[in-house]
Amino acid sequence: MSYFATHPLRVAALAGGHIELVAVALVVALAIALPLGLFAARRPRVAPWLLGTLGAIYTIPSLALLALLVRGFGLGFTPIFVALVVYAQFMLARNVVAGITGVDPAQVDAARGLGMSPLQVLLRVEFPQALPVLLGGVRIAAIAMIAIATLGGYVGGVGLGVLIFNGLTLHQPQMIVAGSLAASALAIAIDALLRLAERITRAPAGAR
Amino acid sequence: MNPSAIRFKHATVRYPNSERNAIEDISFECGGGELVVLLGPSGCGKSTLLRTVNRLVPLDAGRVCVDEKDVTEVDAVELRRSIGYVIQAVGLFAHMSVAQNVAVVPSLLGWSHDEIAGRVDELLQLVGLDPASYRNRHPSQLSGGEAQRIGVARAIAARPRALLMDEPFGAVDAIVRTALQRELIRIVGELKTTTLFVTHDVDEAFRLADRIVVLRSGHIEQVGLPHELFDRPATAYVRDLIHAGDDVYRRYFMHGRELLRGQPQ
Repeated sequence: MSYFATHPLRVAALAGGHIELVAVALVVALAIALPLGLFAARRPRVAPWLLGTLGAIYTIPSLALLALLVRGFGLGFTPIFVALVVYAQFMLARNVVAGITGVDPAQVDAARGLGMSPLQVLLRVEFPQALPVLLGGVRIAAIAMIAIATLGGYVGGVGLGVLIFNGLTLHQPQMIVAGSLAASALAIAIDALLRLAERITRAPAGAR
Repeated sequence: MNPSAIRFKHATVRYPNSERNAIEDISFECGGGELVVLLGPSGCGKSTLLRTVNRLVPLDAGRVCVDEKDVTEVDAVELRRSIGYVIQAVGLFAHMSVAQNVAVVPSLLGWSHDEIAGRVDELLQLVGLDPASYRNRHPSQLSGGEAQRIGVARAIAARPRALLMDEPFGAVDAIVRTALQRELIRIVGELKTTTLFVTHDVDEAFRLADRIVVLRSGHIEQVGLPHELFDRPATAYVRDLIHAGDDVYRRYFMHGRELLRGQPQ
């Protein structure tokens, strides 16, 4: 724990970089997964293929994928950023599909029959009801991304992974422990925060 | 809005990958303010026929006209906002309050906030629920019968020119069903809304209908007043269907209805 006491600003700066990396990657990943998942949810034959492919990508070991990406993009922010976006697709798209296909068909029928346009059905009925499931995907993706992002210290010099990898090379176990603990704390905090968001969106309208 | 006449002309629908037409060459008219029941067993095409009116099911041949205007000439979304729709599963929006559910079509049509609030209370009263205790409830806090009352209120909220009801009381128990049927007769009688009502329940058809259309595997067996079907069934199928239950009971309801409407025969 002494590394925290001696280098609080360094840990805070790296944690900030870590959060920034994960946050940007999460936003970009969502921007891809939402339309992708929606497309698959509307086409029951496409969904298993899409999720199967994304699932297969998800099983590629992160170090192997990063090695490939470093060859393509060089060292730095880009390879770890791309890796995070790619890994998140499986968890996010899967929950978009599950959320949208899980909406009560009677409500969708009523929405159409009462005269909502396809976009209104999506935004006023399907999306609000899929939101808790969607947030579940975001939570799981965010936690996995926080863990994977530590590899950013190895290939890009960003995030809390810097402490872990420098600790390894410099034989400074305190740095490794500090980096790992900070990343874990971050994951636990984000998990709690998103769980709360899920609970709020799940609560009935009358109770809000 | 004035009650509209709904006219079917040779309406035909075939679903993709199906070997026969779901409905075939259906022609009849539901007059303005009339309550016509589409009666038949499951799979006879009655729901399909109903859903061609608000274009949830497209026709493969023939026409459906509301107020002498072919429904395909009107924008589907606009058409649906002018026609109420009630389904067996109710389909109340689970993330919205009762008031928000009832207000769906008025708010789609851009009514003002005050207008909507007033209309919601008026409708809750109309369907027999106290606005003060129900408007902020959540659909999960309603019984089946209460939920379908809200379903009806939501369908008639923007004063539709016609009402489509697809087995609306099929999922509630007998006592609640009878109460809802009585309320429907009262409401439709007050509003004089043209109503197409789908059911497989012969007793329900006899309680509610001005006229009954008997359907069987996609075609019409007979169209007529309840007592016409009762006394002069056109086919053996209609006779078996109508007389499968308690004749005395049906005769009683038939005459009761006609007395209620002030047209004893």
